[in-house]
Amino acid sequence: MQRRTIFKLAAAAVLAGSFGLGSAQAADPIKIGVVGPKTGPLAGGAAVTHFPNFELWAHQVNARGGLKLKDGQRKIELIVYDDRTQPGETIKAVQRLATVDKADFIMAPYGTGFNLAVAPIFDKYGYPQLAQAAVTDKMDELVKRYPGLFFVQGSTTSYAKTAIDVLKKLKDEGKIGNKVAVVNVADAFGIELANAGRPLFKEAGFEIVYDKSYPLGTQDLAPVIKAAKAANPDAFVAWSYPPDTIGLAQQAKIEGLDVKAYYSAVATAFPVFKKAVGDASENILGAGGVKYTPELEKFYKELKDVTGVDGDYWGNPVYYSMLQIIEQSIEAVGSMDRKAITEHIKTHKFNTLIGEIDLSSQRLQWLWTVGQWQDGIFHGVNGVNVSDGKPVRLKTGW
Amino acid sequence: MNSEVRTFGIAVILFLAAATLPLISSGYLLSIGVSIAVYTVLATSWTLFSGPTNYISLAVAAFFGIGMYVVAGGIDLLPFPVLVLIGAVVGALFSAIVGLATLRISGVYFVIFTLGLAELIRQVVSWGQATMGTSSGLYVLTDFTDPQIYWALLVLAAVVFLIGWWIGRSRLGFALRIIGNDEVVAVHSGINTARAKVILFVISCTFASITGALVAPRYSYVEPTIAFNPFISFQVVIMALLGGVHRLWGPLLGVIPFTILWELISANFPTQTTLLLGAAFLLIVYFIPHGIVGLIESGIQKWKGDQHG
Repeated sequence: MQRRTIFKLAAAAVLAGSFGLGSAQAADPIKIGVVGPKTGPLAGGAAVTHFPNFELWAHQVNARGGLKLKDGQRKIELIVYDDRTQPGETIKAVQRLATVDKADFIMAPYGTGFNLAVAPIFDKYGYPQLAQAAVTDKMDELVKRYPGLFFVQGSTTSYAKTAIDVLKKLKDEGKIGNKVAVVNVADAFGIELANAGRPLFKEAGFEIVYDKSYPLGTQDLAPVIKAAKAANPDAFVAWSYPPDTIGLAQQAKIEGLDVKAYYSAVATAFPVFKKAVGDASENILGAGGVKYTPELEKFYKELKDVTGVDGDYWGNPVYYSMLQIIEQSIEAVGSMDRKAITEHIKTHKFNTLIGEIDLSSQRLQWLWTVGQWQDGIFHGVNGVNVSDGKPVRLKTGW
Repeated sequence: MNSEVRTFGIAVILFLAAATLPLISSGYLLSIGVSIAVYTVLATSWTLFSGPTNYISLAVAAFFGIGMYVVAGGIDLLPFPVLVLIGAVVGALFSAIVGLATLRISGVYFVIFTLGLAELIRQVVSWGQATMGTSSGLYVLTDFTDPQIYWALLVLAAVVFLIGWWIGRSRLGFALRIIGNDEVVAVHSGINTARAKVILFVISCTFASITGALVAPRYSYVEPTIAFNPFISFQVVIMALLGGVHRLWGPLLGVIPFTILWELISANFPTQTTLLLGAAFLLIVYFIPHGIVGLIESGIQKWKGDQHG
């Protein structure tokens, strides 16, 4: 086992050498660490919702000369690592960024489990962690534990509740009946949403006429839709994931599923959904949504121009808004003093792409959680503490 | 006898040297150290069974995940050491059942079965969470630090080596080597092959479960996809084969260079990790087919030959 120690020392020497430790100078760029899955199960989602935002932001900041600090402007250099969708790797990558690369700032990783796995490290080294891609019902406990951790997504319950509220409103207005068919993918978020949804449907006065889960990766969704159709529902709700969200809509179109309201969860807000489902996507409800403004239109265009990615109508604008908060806080503090930056984030309000944000309670106070495809745009129709959503339209055929 | 005492002494010194790592570094080096410790236990215990018998098991992730889930499920109810113990017992019982049912099949059938096992358990756990109405992941919020987890893993590694050393010189180890060479001969020599295989399989899998249990607090949040990641199984097999499976210390010589190589690749070429790793594999298989142990031993032999010649 001495060999082990020798190897470690050798590795340390090699790593230190390859990074040129101790050569930092005032004119050096600000080093920003980015960790996320470039390979493994979550790589597909991260390629749209995670990585491109940082790329666009760094491009824009550098194009205007860098971040304005007290000792002059400094450009941004992104250091990007692949965590291969394994928390052990995320931990190592963040450790490497914090102690070997000596990153000035580290962006939160992608996925709930991955954010929680590195929260102790962010905490230990005093990096603020703005977790854009973490959904949990344990926010209270977690923000108390980690004073630099901010949650910038809703809770699971809020996604289920606001979606069901939309249906309840339609029912109360007499636009749809009280029979709902519910399906869910038997994995992570799908399970949580389904479990949160069941009592809420009952409370809202709905009768669940069909309730079934299907395994992640199910290729043939025809039986799911056929059985749901046979139950003759007024509304259809799928707590679904990317591949099946699209598959279900395509199958519903083929079967001519006759419902007045159709909701599917994750990935309904993605441009690829609209491409795959075509005009039949009109009036489909889903998780996410945006308040469509000229600034947002400009953001999508720039994202496409710089990174080649069509942004989604859910995570991308929120992610980018977080980057604006980080940028504004760094410039206000005027240095890379992480403690002061965290404090600034907690004590100020920020004007961002999606609107005014206040993170004083270490979590986002408002958020679009339900959207609807209307005339080719996924508009927000309901959410947490939002009131100016677009009126919900009924699904009228495929 | 003298040489054995000397080997043991060296091992103790090396162990103590490895134990000082958290005092040198609490950050990046330690996190690599934890990785190496995790895979040392997994690969060495994997080799205890698969080395002599030539049964390639891809079930490491299944038992690793079981240990992890025992801790995640009970962390609010029971003290951590008790949970680690329960994780070990559950892993042992489960591997005994699996062993009894599957160790009659051999060759590629056994490989496929063990690969499917991790997936099966992952699906059962997902289904359980879907029907019992908990969230998709379980939280393991503790105050354990990386040094503590590292030391625990190091002690576990020492236990694996001691048990491996004991097996190697016991009748059981002898029986397994005969099974690996020719199972028919083993049966005809009066060896209870099924019993020997199951005992070793249980020992091997129990260590995987304990490792999962010890690592759970480090992840804070345990999901089926994280706990039963099939990649863990593949990585263990690759590391063990790289080191060499016919010596107790062989896997260690695979784990350390592999971890460091991968670390260097992902630090310097973060977007081409998989590509470069694949190329590294090809080179390893082509140039060191018998593992690093084979390389060292043939080197020694050659050196001795030169001396005599």
